Amino acid sequence: MPSGLKSLILMLGLVVGNSAAWAAEVSVAVASNFTAPMQKIARAFEQDTGHKALLAFGATGGFYAQIKNGAPFQVLLAADKETPVRLEKEGLSVVGSRFTYATGKLVLWSKQPGLVDDKGAVLRRGGFDKLALANPKLAPYGAAAMATMTKLGLLAQLQPRFVEGVNIGQAYLFVASENATLGFVALSQVYADGRLTQGSAWIVPAIFHAPIQQDAVLLKTGKDSVAATALMAYLQGEKAHAIIRAYGYDL
Amino acid sequence: MNFLTLPEFDRHALPAIWLTLELASLTTALLLLIATPIAWWLSRSKSGWRGPIAAVVALPLVLPPTVLGFYLLVALGPNGPIGQFTQAMGWGTLSFTFAGLLLGSVIYSMPFAVQPILHAFEAIGERPMEVAATLRARPIDAFFTVALPLARPGFITAAILSFAHTIGEFGVVLMIGGNIPDKTRVISTQIYGHVEAMEYAQAHWLAGGMLVFAFTVLLGLSLMNRKNTRVMT
Repeated sequence: MPSGLKSLILMLGLVVGNSAAWAAEVSVAVASNFTAPMQKIARAFEQDTGHKALLAFGATGGFYAQIKNGAPFQVLLAADKETPVRLEKEGLSVVGSRFTYATGKLVLWSKQPGLVDDKGAVLRRGGFDKLALANPKLAPYGAAAMATMTKLGLLAQLQPRFVEGVNIGQAYLFVASENATLGFVALSQVYADGRLTQGSAWIVPAIFHAPIQQDAVLLKTGKDSVAATALMAYLQGEKAHAIIRAYGYDL
Repeated sequence: MNFLTLPEFDRHALPAIWLTLELASLTTALLLLIATPIAWWLSRSKSGWRGPIAAVVALPLVLPPTVLGFYLLVALGPNGPIGQFTQAMGWGTLSFTFAGLLLGSVIYSMPFAVQPILHAFEAIGERPMEVAATLRARPIDAFFTVALPLARPGFITAAILSFAHTIGEFGVVLMIGGNIPDKTRVISTQIYGHVEAMEYAQAHWLAGGMLVFAFTVLLGLSLMNRKNTRVMT
């Protein structure tokens, strides 16, 4: 082997070895509705920085209880604003790290094409058996769904048809498996590359409910983690923003 | 927020407690009816199907309840085999109904009913049934007058375990329930909701109650078993 090539390989080894030494891991608790975009962002994050983001998906309230009891997450991407604020007040997160990473959009969705019109009149018309939503006490999208139906004056009429998922992921499963004819889910679950993936939907206008601001926060456990800080910055970068928008979120 | 303070009992928990007891009682009654012929067949059969059937009955012991719940949701749905059948019968779909929960609970708690009864039948052996036959008892009479009374401790254990196991059911209910008050919201899913909503005080009442209940059941079972062995020796 020519000595030039040998030294090149040696140099490459040094470079690779070096970056491996710098690459770190960050454990992230992610709200269910942000599952699809976050998987994409994590891949891009790993390619661009070499750091690895380990993702756990679930309900924000559940993550709160786990974090309070010492769960080893370094970053929380909540489905709301309240939980990160509460963590900050209780001294469990790094003060000043909190920011809104996405504003969610609520959608009334059915797997049947043509069932849901673009004004949501199907809610008034009826003709369906079960209406799925996320538990309004646990999930901001559930609360937004309640607010929407209240504003439409249809809450009392629709309540007997409710089936509740513990989070927005389960509400989606109920509709996707057609156990519920239609349901309120997150736009990100039925939307990719700028359009609806299947079925019919009404994107609920923002005037019907309080904005679903989703905040990210750096937890105390991630204060000194290079990867955690890098991820917080990455989420506010252009590449992440493009992915977040492609899934139908506002910023 | 204190994790350990005990507040006043939450009255909103009562419907869930009642529903859970109703579900567990009905499940136990159905299971005793279904598990008895299955256990008898398993204890006496020499068929090649014995092994596979025994494995299917024991599946819920090993499978995560979420697997059962997920497949039940798919099967009960309008495109699933059970859903197609119930729709054809004009019953609609069973997901998110009490009947659906009952079906799920029967499947979920099946091994807890079959195993104790099966062991009791096996312990009897062939001899008493042969004696009954020589006394010219028909097999069906021998089953009711000889086998069933001899297997009594097995039935009691089966009933207690099925009841207790259904009370503790969570994953299946979470998947096919839909959290509907008075229909599918049971104690375990109510506890989960309280914890997720950070209502730890309400969660404590129910969770603590479940702990005491489970301990009492197991203690009672072990006392009863000791008494039974003493009677036998």
